[in-house]
Amino acid sequence: MDTIFDIYLLEALINGLLFGGVLALLSLGLNLIFGVVDVVWICYAEVVMFGMYAIFWLHGVYDLPIVLAALLAIIGTGAMGFLVHFLVISPILGSAPINQLLATGGLLFFLQSFATLLWGIEFRNIGLRLPVLQWGELFFSYARLLAFGIAVIGMAAIYLFLTRTYMGTAIRAISQDREIMTLMGVDSRKVYLVTSVVGGSLAGLAASLLVLQYDVHPFVGLSFGPITFVICVMGGLGNMVGGFIAAFILSEVISIGGFYAELEWGYVAAFVLFIIVMFIRPEGILGKKS
Amino acid sequence: MTAIPQDTPVRRLERRHVAAAIVAIALVSVPILKTQSEWFAYPMHIMVLIMIWSLAYTSWSLMGRFGLVSLGHGAFMGIGAYVTALLWNYAGLTPWLGIPIALATVALVAFIVGYPCFRFRIVGHYFALVTLALSEIVRQVIMATRDYTGGSLGFTPTPHGDGFSLYALQFSDRAVFYYIAFVAWVFGLWVWRRVDRSMDRYALDAISEDEDASAAAGVRVTREKLKITILSAVLTGLAGILYMQYQQFISPDTVSGIAISLQIVFAVVAGGIYVMLGPTVGAVITILLAESLRVAIGTTMVGLDTTIYGLLLVLFIIFLPKGVLGGILEWWRNRAAAGRERADRA
Repeated sequence: MDTIFDIYLLEALINGLLFGGVLALLSLGLNLIFGVVDVVWICYAEVVMFGMYAIFWLHGVYDLPIVLAALLAIIGTGAMGFLVHFLVISPILGSAPINQLLATGGLLFFLQSFATLLWGIEFRNIGLRLPVLQWGELFFSYARLLAFGIAVIGMAAIYLFLTRTYMGTAIRAISQDREIMTLMGVDSRKVYLVTSVVGGSLAGLAASLLVLQYDVHPFVGLSFGPITFVICVMGGLGNMVGGFIAAFILSEVISIGGFYAELEWGYVAAFVLFIIVMFIRPEGILGKKS
Repeated sequence: MTAIPQDTPVRRLERRHVAAAIVAIALVSVPILKTQSEWFAYPMHIMVLIMIWSLAYTSWSLMGRFGLVSLGHGAFMGIGAYVTALLWNYAGLTPWLGIPIALATVALVAFIVGYPCFRFRIVGHYFALVTLALSEIVRQVIMATRDYTGGSLGFTPTPHGDGFSLYALQFSDRAVFYYIAFVAWVFGLWVWRRVDRSMDRYALDAISEDEDASAAAGVRVTREKLKITILSAVLTGLAGILYMQYQQFISPDTVSGIAISLQIVFAVVAGGIYVMLGPTVGAVITILLAESLRVAIGTTMVGLDTTIYGLLLVLFIIFLPKGVLGGILEWWRNRAAAGRERADRA
């Protein structure tokens, strides 16, 4: 085998690893909401899209510092998470799961069209050019490295929040047994709202990492939404550690598939692998048997 | 007190048949009206679309009503449409042979995904999301093979003859397609009814209530689920083929992917999952709504029509969970029941 070939493959592997960090962060927010509220937000990627637009406008057009723009975007998507739960999810918490799935699916259409209405369908870029790092013969994009680092820090922060605070403990408890916890005096509605706000904020954090590498347009959510759901399911819906592992497995598959053929085939391979894994472990790689 | 009751089942049946016959005659005569006045051309086009989509929606509801929520029906539409069109363009195979091959492919894919799903008890959210992955696979394959399929730019079947080709199933006269779509739509309703009155329906109802109990009672769970899934998928594939032959253009955005899968589920839920004409009512509502918003708002504000559409969908789900037709029928039955109660008391 050629040495050049090996280096390119290594580069693809490392890029897959870095990409996995962002995917893991994306699936973390979705998993958190599913684990606690028991609703799959089909529109999660669209919340991320709004976060990306927020950063585009604040930083790219109004010249705010990027960190401040990202913080404002995180607050904004957190508020969106609040609104989604308060206006759409809470009125139908008692109805059939398919209706809950569909209500957020309707939001997907609404948010896409609303973004089209507000900002048109042009692809927009924040115009921030980050350097490319060279290490020996390997090249990495600084944006990816940064995204990976921040994603890991974000996940660690969520872990600390869930294990070290009272609210986090309540959230974990609710996700284990929602009937008992209300008897224990936990206000489940408050926990749901806090979870939705945290999940929305995580979408904003993911948005601020994605916007460094990708153009934003109203349909950008469709390019990473489905893979996010698949990661959550493959890890076991609601299981955050499982989602974390699945994110890295699938991002490597996508990256290696994209290395040998086109990127789309990488995605095809990832989705096929997901379906096969579901047949072997229907409850997800780390899900508990029900 | 021996007066003959006004509403014997026989009389009711007759009235329903008369109503159906009137509707059928009205529908069949639309193309004839069109030959008299061009004004009917646009409504006729909309009606063809409604009938083709109604077929897809009715097919989805075949399994959706038993709690098998598939988000993969966009994939079946896409496979049907693309296989037929690709065989025509690249192998010169007439749709008369291409359609059976495409439908067999759809059935095979439904089997490959369905069998393990049902065998290993993948239900609920998990089933919805596994089938969603199938939608994405088909969309990504279409994009990846863009050298043949045109990718997101779409695909046009090669024209054949001078606008009326039985061999290529291409008709520039929309009236021909109107009748084809009409027959297909009625066929879909007929299948729904056949399933509704079959033993399988009882088995599937039992399965959706309690899988373990019905398996213990002797229902072959995997087999029943697989049967309805393949039937539903094949009919959806047929709708995709009809759409392609009618529009003579397909793209991943119009016949595949998660957006189409969601659109299918939406329309059915908007109309009513559990009633025969629910999916058709859903198609009428969603297509008329989308078209009238598009016409009313025009091109001045891109996105406003779909924004309102999305908002209305969310409101529909929250406030009319049984769908429009389901809600109306329920209200009607409650009224009738209340009336009977009042009569009993008097």
